[in-house]
Amino acid sequence: MNAGDTAWVLMSTVLVFVMTPGLAFFYGGLVRRKNVLSILMQCFIIMCAISLQWVLYGYSLAFGPDTGWGIIGGLDWAGLKGVGGAPNGDYAATIPHLVFMIFQAMFAIITPALIIGAFAERVKFSSFLVLTILWATLVYDPLAHWVWSTGGWMRKLGALDFAGGIVVHVSSGISALVMALLLGKRIGYASEPFRPHNLPFTVLGGALLWFGWFGFNAGSALAANELAANAFVTTNTATAAAGFAWALIEWRIHGAPTVLGTVTGAVAGLVAITPACGFVSPLSSIVIGAAASAICYMAIAVVKAKLGYDDSLDAFGVHGVGGAWGTIATGLLAEKAVNPAGADGLFFGGVHQFLVQIALVGVTVLYAAVVTFVLFKVIDALLGMKVDKKSEILGLDLSQQCESAYTVVD
Amino acid sequence: MKLIVAIIQPHKLEEVKGALEAVNVNLMTVSNVLGQGRQKGYTEVYRGMREAGGLLRKVRLDIAVSEDFVEKTIQAIVKGAHTGETGDGKIFVLDLQECVRIGTGERGPAAIG
Repeated sequence: MNAGDTAWVLMSTVLVFVMTPGLAFFYGGLVRRKNVLSILMQCFIIMCAISLQWVLYGYSLAFGPDTGWGIIGGLDWAGLKGVGGAPNGDYAATIPHLVFMIFQAMFAIITPALIIGAFAERVKFSSFLVLTILWATLVYDPLAHWVWSTGGWMRKLGALDFAGGIVVHVSSGISALVMALLLGKRIGYASEPFRPHNLPFTVLGGALLWFGWFGFNAGSALAANELAANAFVTTNTATAAAGFAWALIEWRIHGAPTVLGTVTGAVAGLVAITPACGFVSPLSSIVIGAAASAICYMAIAVVKAKLGYDDSLDAFGVHGVGGAWGTIATGLLAEKAVNPAGADGLFFGGVHQFLVQIALVGVTVLYAAVVTFVLFKVIDALLGMKVDKKSEILGLDLSQQCESAYTVVD
Repeated sequence: MKLIVAIIQPHKLEEVKGALEAVNVNLMTVSNVLGQGRQKGYTEVYRGMREAGGLLRKVRLDIAVSEDFVEKTIQAIVKGAHTGETGDGKIFVLDLQECVRIGTGERGPAAIG
């Protein structure tokens, strides 16, 4: 046991925790004023629901002893049975097992919250809640098991995903796309303007995400060591490159750099560096970040507009696309010189790792998309996923939460 | 009695107020409004999507005056709000049927000033 490591991972847990409220403001500012509370509420209830799910059985499914094929953990650790102050050498030998568990809990919380961006402004709250808990159980927990648990099949295959490119971003991003496609467009989409109602909220939220992401990535070293330092520096550097790149792209194409674009770029950079941060050098992270902005910009401003799906807040465009790019980029730019426990990517002679990363993205996309599709269809048939037209026009704050964010009269 | 409605540029409000006070017109209602005139709205860009036709911020003044103040009020508003460029705004003059001061119950021109 090491007090420094324990303190750092506890601190990182707090940092990852604040990302979900940060995300709530990032997304909340982007919707129209009649829907801002619905976003904040969806994020907040996820903090409550998944905290419980994780302690009761989610942690055990994800990280518990494997049931045989590397697909899912057993219920041995359900209710945190046997998960206590003593370290678990398989995951983190120098910190209490409980600290590892609660650090991972924060990842389990933010992942389903990312999907909110795709169905914002039209989803029924009750159905959203059911979907979220089932999605966490059937998509997040297995994926975390595959990639991060000692028995996971992707881990055995040599998957490199330092902090969650596959588990967090590809999984939530592709699920977001499926949700957006199945749920259909918002009333008036593409025919009337949808202006963000409070961009300062979005900038505040984006800044909180950047802030919290230091814990997400550098904390994933699970120790206060040189690996954490590398992850910290690559995270900051990639994000800076990405924010800067998006601003330049907009400046060139639209004649002005927007703050929304710059913040969006920064988030795309954070997403992309997530799987790579502990395996690549700071200089490589500049490439990953800048390219993330170019690729996500294409996905959002060109591809989405062409295909016409309504991914309201670009959960797929930023997290799905950025996460896939980051995971593949890890297969390009990882080097053993940075992390001996990693591998060499394509640019350092490692063809195998590059192919592994691509294959794993493919499997993740397929698995998450299929399960999300089935969950959507079942819940839609039983409860209905979309609010009725009247409620959508009235706004979800009033129709789903029975309250309004801003008063007009004192 | 007339009701004078003026739509002006927000940044000219203080000058208009000053000009009105100089001719002893002190009562007015001011509101934030959106609108567009010959200069049309402007284009905003959100994540690469251009959204044209955004309305411009304007300030609206509602001023009720008795007949002998109508011309003075119009002149003061023009003086304070004029720049000569498109977007300076408009002034509308409407007949006002009745005016009641809630505090005293006075009616008509006596209630206006």
